[in-house]
Amino acid sequence: MARTQDVRAALDRVTDPELDESVVELGFITGITVEQHGDVLVNFRLPTYWCAANFSYLMASDMRDAVVALPWVTAARVVLDEHMFVEAINDGIAENKDFQEAFPTEAQMDLSAIRLNFGLKSFERRQEVLLRHLRGQGFTPDTILALDISGLSRLTLDPEGIMARTRYLERRGLVGGLPRAFVARDGGLISPDMLAVYLRNIRRVGLNAEFNGALCRGLLAARYNTSSPLPAEPELIDFIKQATASQ
Amino acid sequence: MYKTKDGEEIFIIDGHVHLWDASPENIRNIHGKQFIDCFYGYHASLSPPEQLWSPEKFAKYGPEQMVKDLFIDGPDDIAIFQPTYLKDFYKTGFNTLEQNAILKTRYPDRFILNGAFDPRDGEGGLEALEAMAETYKLQGVKLYTAEWNGESRGYKLSDPAAYKYLERAEKLGIKNIHVHKGPTILPLDRDAFDVADIDHCATDFPNLNFIIEHCGLPRLDDFCWIAVQETNVFGGLAVVLPFIHSRPAYFAKVMSELLFWLGEDKILFGSDYGIWTPQWLVEKFMAFELPDEIVQETGKQLTMAVKRKILGENAARLYNVDIAAHMAKINRAELKVA
Repeated sequence: MARTQDVRAALDRVTDPELDESVVELGFITGITVEQHGDVLVNFRLPTYWCAANFSYLMASDMRDAVVALPWVTAARVVLDEHMFVEAINDGIAENKDFQEAFPTEAQMDLSAIRLNFGLKSFERRQEVLLRHLRGQGFTPDTILALDISGLSRLTLDPEGIMARTRYLERRGLVGGLPRAFVARDGGLISPDMLAVYLRNIRRVGLNAEFNGALCRGLLAARYNTSSPLPAEPELIDFIKQATASQ
Repeated sequence: MYKTKDGEEIFIIDGHVHLWDASPENIRNIHGKQFIDCFYGYHASLSPPEQLWSPEKFAKYGPEQMVKDLFIDGPDDIAIFQPTYLKDFYKTGFNTLEQNAILKTRYPDRFILNGAFDPRDGEGGLEALEAMAETYKLQGVKLYTAEWNGESRGYKLSDPAAYKYLERAEKLGIKNIHVHKGPTILPLDRDAFDVADIDHCATDFPNLNFIIEHCGLPRLDDFCWIAVQETNVFGGLAVVLPFIHSRPAYFAKVMSELLFWLGEDKILFGSDYGIWTPQWLVEKFMAFELPDEIVQETGKQLTMAVKRKILGENAARLYNVDIAAHMAKINRAELKVA
């Protein structure tokens, strides 16, 4: 049980690049099986048969890497259910191939460009959440934009603010301009008198992700006629839900 | 025609409708089955419960049901057919111009027929487009840039081959280019949702209108950015509008973003029938108001005048529909006995 929770916690940090939400939260994970000797099997599903193969592949390889990184894990297998490219994806992940090797005739570019592009969107989305939170707490644009990373880390925040800061700092390294805490996606400075306009501009990134998240959740529920993930282990879900609710 | 409580008449052009055949007899392979299942997922997850169809009805509803849902029970005055061929999945195609033309012949004032082309079909495709434009007097086409074709896994509208087709389209009087940039089939390694190609072709073809169906979802953010810079880029509300029921708060935010970035003259209503029916969509849209805090932030209102534009006037401008003349011509009683 403790090991299953370990795996779940590791998977919880894997996100759908498009939605910037945890694959566990989204209900994509349908099963976690831990063998005595430390082999782990993760089963997952997606909202449609057509979900883009590159995104599916990204998530599957991120899941495998996250699980393998656990110290007690001897081997990790990640298996996707019912998808247009189910064999190519499952075999490719099992054999540790990169995307181009898994799709030798179809793939024309590797996934790193897509990973970066969506990493930057995630950066903007998380930054907007944190900036709006700080503004709401009464920090002025001048104060906020003068912060460096350590200054941001030292700010006393409520739990919501701490969560927003943690999530933002996970993506901060994708962009230059360090050690400044807040810069635009090109690493450029944001001037205090333009902060409101800047926030207005990046807002649509988060809105887009939210909208897609709602769509994907609806499609997943319609496809599998259920909204609760991990049907095999209801006691675990309940535990996690309880834990999330009490946070 | 939609009538408000005060008796005001709103002319409705439904910019996005289909008449498809996904019955078991027409399904060619597993992809055909999965495709209609996916459409049904959209229907089931975003429709109000009382609007749910059975999967059997959804697979093939037929022309009579369509006319009833759009024009008799529904408020549509004119509906624009957007074809989707998918001949690799369906024996006679999913939703073809040829099938749609049968209804157009029966109700010439009610339907606008759009065609389709694929720039990868070369010279032969150009000739076919010419013939199609002549037979059906096309004013518009529907394109799927993510569609597979032989070895190709999609194309961009900024490709030289696509430019040849756009040039020909312009010459043939086809000025409305509907581009499916939305949830898509068969996206593989290439970023099939990308909307960046529209930026180029919209600049290079200023006399054409580019209507981005589903507002670029799942790339609404990129789409807004491009649309604000190009005067001939429009957004089609199919798939976006049904959120008005299941997620009204998101819908309000999206609508206000679209009003802010695109503006009220460049948003077009579309039901995406038979995924959703226009009756409940228009009903809810007419009753919908943007929350005050959102209006305060964007400064954009969804007034009755704006709703009129979105529901009909904007499309009427693109398709040269004289609304007053049309209202006089359409006789609803006649439809019921037809």
